[in-house]
Amino acid sequence: MNPSTVLETLDELRGILGPHGLISSSEELRTYECDALTNFRVIPSAVALPDCTEQVQAVVRVCHRERIPFVARGSGTGLSGGALPVAGGIVICLARMKRILEVDLPNARVVVEPGVINLDVTGRVASANYFYAPDPSSQSVCSIGGNVAENSGGAHCLKYGFTTTHVLGLEVVLPDGSLVHFGGATLDTPGYDLAGVFVGSEGTLGIATKITLRIVKRPECVRTLLAAFHSPTEAGAAVSGIIAAGMLPAAIEMMDNLAIKAAEAAVHANYPECGGLLLVELDGPVAEVDALMTHVDEICRQHGAWEIRVAQSEAERALVWKGRKAAFAAMGRISPNYIVQDGVIPRTSLPQILSEIDQLSSETGLRVANVFHAGDGNLHPLVLYDRRIAGQEKAAERMSERILELCIEKGGSITGEHGVGEEKKHMMSKMFAEPDLDTMQRVRCAFDPLLLSNPTKVFPRTRLCGEKPGEYVPHPLEVAGVAERF
Amino acid sequence: MSRAALSNGERFGAAVVEPADEQEVASILRNANENGLGVIPTGGGTKLDWGNPPRRADVMLSTRRLNRILEHAWADLTVTVEAGCTVAELQHTLAQHGQRLAIDPLWPERATIGGILSTNDSGSLRLGYGALRDLIIGVTLVLADGTIAKSGGKVVKNVAGYDLPKLATGGFGTLGVIARAVFRLHPLPRNTRTLTIAVESANAMQRVILAILNAQLVPAAMQARNGSVDILLEGTLDGIAAQQSAIKEFGEVREGSPDVWKAREELWGEGTIVKFTTLPSQMAAASAFFSSFVIQATGIGYARFDGDLEGLRRAMEQGGGSLVILGGTTLDAWGSPGDALPLMRAVKAQFDPKGTLNPGRFVGGI
Repeated sequence: MNPSTVLETLDELRGILGPHGLISSSEELRTYECDALTNFRVIPSAVALPDCTEQVQAVVRVCHRERIPFVARGSGTGLSGGALPVAGGIVICLARMKRILEVDLPNARVVVEPGVINLDVTGRVASANYFYAPDPSSQSVCSIGGNVAENSGGAHCLKYGFTTTHVLGLEVVLPDGSLVHFGGATLDTPGYDLAGVFVGSEGTLGIATKITLRIVKRPECVRTLLAAFHSPTEAGAAVSGIIAAGMLPAAIEMMDNLAIKAAEAAVHANYPECGGLLLVELDGPVAEVDALMTHVDEICRQHGAWEIRVAQSEAERALVWKGRKAAFAAMGRISPNYIVQDGVIPRTSLPQILSEIDQLSSETGLRVANVFHAGDGNLHPLVLYDRRIAGQEKAAERMSERILELCIEKGGSITGEHGVGEEKKHMMSKMFAEPDLDTMQRVRCAFDPLLLSNPTKVFPRTRLCGEKPGEYVPHPLEVAGVAERF
Repeated sequence: MSRAALSNGERFGAAVVEPADEQEVASILRNANENGLGVIPTGGGTKLDWGNPPRRADVMLSTRRLNRILEHAWADLTVTVEAGCTVAELQHTLAQHGQRLAIDPLWPERATIGGILSTNDSGSLRLGYGALRDLIIGVTLVLADGTIAKSGGKVVKNVAGYDLPKLATGGFGTLGVIARAVFRLHPLPRNTRTLTIAVESANAMQRVILAILNAQLVPAAMQARNGSVDILLEGTLDGIAAQQSAIKEFGEVREGSPDVWKAREELWGEGTIVKFTTLPSQMAAASAFFSSFVIQATGIGYARFDGDLEGLRRAMEQGGGSLVILGGTTLDAWGSPGDALPLMRAVKAQFDPKGTLNPGRFVGGI
């Protein structure tokens, strides 16, 4: 686009959004150059701050007409660069669309705009004893629109499911500016489950402007058990024991010694000093939970737990969780820099991958703190390093990536909840074969044939729409007999 | 009419093929696609009359031989299974390790995994454990052009790439043939108890259901039938007993037979069967149209109906719900999919541009 067209376009956007609805000065644009993954930065051409669906549509129509790529953004807490601007494109920030539009308690539904903060949904329905279940650690600041884009999880998704489990309906502005509705207040609306494919598409299929959420009745009681083990391996064996005994806790979290130390330093959660800490939460009717909690206690002791505490009050429970939820940020207490990784393995591979991570750690001399959603095999290894020491950052990145390769080799995934975004798109071809990725991109071509909506994310190579798909080519891991197709 | 008597090929006068593996599925589809043939994927054949009649049906692609349970990773609570495995066979295998796929679809002895996924038939356990869309974690699809594509994976938590398992679920085989699926599993319940509350009116029925949903109880399933509400409790004996005594607050409770959960199947027989969706708070109004019905507490209902289907559909849609006709009529089976129909057609065009798979059977002529 030539400079005079750019100015005209910015004027047109300003006309749509009002004088305070468009940011185009370079110092203000800097705020939007990255999300919570700060090692990728791109300054956008402008940032649009629409406050209603019509404005989002009008802005997207301009982008469509002028072939300007756009990136939707909520609170900017994403950890994979999903909201990283695209060079020459604009950012559409939904933070001003933060109204809770409808609360329907008899049907346990809430309709919100995308800028609504996750925790505010629970805040709005808490007095009626309901809550919104997906609880990413950033829930006090992250937006529902961002959660929809990333299909955010959280500690309690073991029992309650992910964002996608709780999204019943969506109003979406497609990349050509048209408005469509997926799903609705009732279940099983006729047609394809487009809400199902939209949630977790990381902003590549359009912009959600209204979201119908399912809320959940608060359980009669919640009990949180803290068990100290000598090692994460022992703790991991206890997790397997709990699952094998036929229990589905609301959450099972694990922290290793380094993570415990960091969390202690940051929020004084009064964790026992141990090699592997397990946090098991059961919820439901009192009689059910009490019966199962006794069983969990026994299983933990059988697997070597030398100290077990059950949080006795809501305040104690909150403190226990505070340590866990602050664990990422707490790394700043013990290391100048760190990489937050997000991989998934089948739960039973936990002991093996832990020893492999240990091995990597001794090879590189870099410390790794481990925080896991142990119940569902979602690992968050935190690779600690010091940027001031030459070569350490590169070594840390390489090691972090190596951990993901280990996850893939075990039949796992390169991301359980943080998304692919910019950070991991090159890893996608290690997890999926070309025909798999091409097939996914057929969906994108249906939604966004001009490839304008967050066009450079998720996929390692953008399939041009209209490109003829090739023959089936076996994945390298398949050929090697390491992986099988599922 | 006996469903079992309907041999698949006879039904459409099509050639029946029974591929033994994914590669064979791919070559059959590629061939049909190149020759402009219509392919009807089928499993147990229990729901072939669901959806609209296909525009053309040259080949019935049966998954009968694609019936292996490939991996029951019981310690990871997952299973990888081929599409042609029956639900009952899968459950039997899972039960050997005290596990289950937490669904209760129609005709489990004959219905296959591919079939229940394609037609999105989860059952009443959806209240407690989610629908098939929530339980499927990976899929292998064979597209009309022979592309074999997988999406999702073998781990319960995974956000790498688009969620095609959900797109395939309920897609009536119009985007690709489901060749295999991976599911998250649940432990078999330690104990179960079915309770039934007799209700004297539709309003009382709705009141009881909303009250239980609004209490801090965790029924695994709940359904309304003519004159009663059934509740399924699962868990420890202490837990069940405590919930049972809480439920007594809402009406006169008697312990019932687990057979009540077959009430949905029993609707089939004569006449037209419809599936309708409604908000839980509008169940009473929705039920007023029917003399014989089962409404699950999630707001999904099934009923026998022989009156004015178009009028019924209008009424359901006006209430924010939908009406799908499950066979036995010349009327459009689906009703309006709303303003996303052009996008659904675009998705279909990307996956199956020549309309090889189940042509015309899905919404809006897809």
